[in-house]
Amino acid sequence: MKTLKKTTKVNLATYLGVILAFTCVTVAKGTGLLSNSMNSWLVPICCYIVMAISLNLTVGISGELSLGHAGFMSVGAFSGVVTAMSLQQAIPFSPLRLAVSMIVGAALAAVVGLIVGIPVLRLRGDYLAIVTLAFGEIIKQLINCLLVGWDSRGLHFAFNLDGTQTISSLGLEEGGIAIIKGAQGATGTVTLSSFTAGFVLVMLTLFIVLNLIQSRTGRAIMAIRDNRIAAESVGLNITKYKLTAFVTSAALAGAAGALYGLNYSNLSSSIFDFNTSILILVFVVLGGLGNIWGSIVATVVLYILPEALREFRDYRMLLYAIVLILVMLVTNSPQVKAILGHIKGKGAKSHG
Amino acid sequence: MEFLNNLIIGVSLGSIYAIIALGYTMVYGIAKMLNFAHGDVIMVGGYISFCTTFYLDMPVWLSVLAAVAVCTVLGVVIEGLAYRPLRQATSLAVLITAIGVSYFLQNTAMLIWSPTPKFYTAVVSGSLSLLGGQLQVSYVSILTVAVCLLIMVVLTLFISKSKLGKAMRACSEDKGAAQLMGINVNRTISITFAIGSALAAIAGVLLCSYTPQLSPTTGTQPGIKAFTAAVFGGIGSIPGAFLGGLLLGIIESLAKAYLSTNLASAIVFAVLILVLLFRPSGLLGKYVPEKV
Repeated sequence: MKTLKKTTKVNLATYLGVILAFTCVTVAKGTGLLSNSMNSWLVPICCYIVMAISLNLTVGISGELSLGHAGFMSVGAFSGVVTAMSLQQAIPFSPLRLAVSMIVGAALAAVVGLIVGIPVLRLRGDYLAIVTLAFGEIIKQLINCLLVGWDSRGLHFAFNLDGTQTISSLGLEEGGIAIIKGAQGATGTVTLSSFTAGFVLVMLTLFIVLNLIQSRTGRAIMAIRDNRIAAESVGLNITKYKLTAFVTSAALAGAAGALYGLNYSNLSSSIFDFNTSILILVFVVLGGLGNIWGSIVATVVLYILPEALREFRDYRMLLYAIVLILVMLVTNSPQVKAILGHIKGKGAKSHG
Repeated sequence: MEFLNNLIIGVSLGSIYAIIALGYTMVYGIAKMLNFAHGDVIMVGGYISFCTTFYLDMPVWLSVLAAVAVCTVLGVVIEGLAYRPLRQATSLAVLITAIGVSYFLQNTAMLIWSPTPKFYTAVVSGSLSLLGGQLQVSYVSILTVAVCLLIMVVLTLFISKSKLGKAMRACSEDKGAAQLMGINVNRTISITFAIGSALAAIAGVLLCSYTPQLSPTTGTQPGIKAFTAAVFGGIGSIPGAFLGGLLLGIIESLAKAYLSTNLASAIVFAVLILVLLFRPSGLLGKYVPEKV
């Protein structure tokens, strides 16, 4: 029998791990082992896993620091909510409506990713970081001004520039519904998301990202990350490959956003702010740059940790901050690295 | 006349941004790190000044001194405990640590002073009437601009003339070579943090005099804006931070008055993106060509 390559083994283990976790949680849910609050964690965890994997594609695989990933999530969330609400009569079957909403969310986020990516990817390092941060803030404010309603004639949009317009300026017919109400965000959304949908999205994301990494395109992207000039000199089209990674990442974030948006009946654009982008970046960095299963584990642990620490109330975010600093200090300390290297060296010797 | 009024508001807001941006840019110039906790040092400065006047009945000048002293110590302690061990680490590791420090400061402030906003009494009150009362210039604005100009002049002289300033410039050019010339690099970086944090304390007092609400997240938005200002002017450049801060304040105040109140910050960020597209290293930043 042909032996599998190490990366193939790791990837298979990742898929299996996710399936196993899904089965265990579903069984636990069926037998009533999960409390209500635990049940409410499931969909957000799936969304954040997809966000972390997709950000890892930008930061870890493509090597571009992005501080505005929540912006794409926001685009996906609100376009997903608008799609789902306006197709209520056209597609009565809710899983299909959820799927369509997620596709629309992903497509719109991809378009925005393309528009942002073409100029922005010319910048490097810290400048790219600040521009993605600025972009995330712009998206947040634009959605804050957006009014969207639906009636039998179709969708109505208005842009609340000076703060005087309200939902009545959309001129909706009798029986029309207001979907996005400016600074209030989307209210009265019919929730569609389920843990199964989240699981399918995570598997799909894994499939897309892992295959991309191992393809010719993925190798080109990593070559550009490791040495841009060398990659350019052997004839790789830098912009094309960077853009591929960036847009894929944006589209996945959009799908995750749609799932997230349809999980809550009320959604305000202010939750997709700079802090959310940072939160996802922390998942990626603590999980290990370029390490996909690491992102998944880090997301689950770091999502549950503050929730489980709720009994410490006021102290939990303080603890979280201290843990964050200590982890960074310990993992980067030369002494710890030396000890780890020593253990690994010994392990390798005893194997060989 | 309305335009002139908005311009004055913009200049004084811009002066606050400029003072904060100086802290970002000095630290970036020498330690090559984005210090995301800088905004929260501003908040600490505001609270110290608030507490010393409100609970201890100190005179204003003494409370400002207290804020500066506490923030300076805080900056040096943060650098020594959290950033110094990471000198050799990747920039992303340092960034995450800085974010950790920022969360730490915010949540500590929340525990000490509770999340409900406090009302800060401005260090000076009243306003100057010009042109027969058509133009009202508040004393806070005048004070802010004056303090900003003073800091700018003193800092430029300090960096270009003093021995310590020379050491800072040497460290930012080449740390290894600076060390070989007998400069204590760690001490120089500590002093840079001390100066940056002292400026943050002054900015905190001015900011709270300008918008009298004070809460544990007060520093976040001005921090992000000032960071943008530093990048706008060319990060690492001191005149750049000054210019970037002023321009940012003016754009924000004019956008708020004439374009859209809701989108003022979005317009500021859009201008930043445009500038960076045409001048990728900021307005006054140095362009460093890449060598193979």
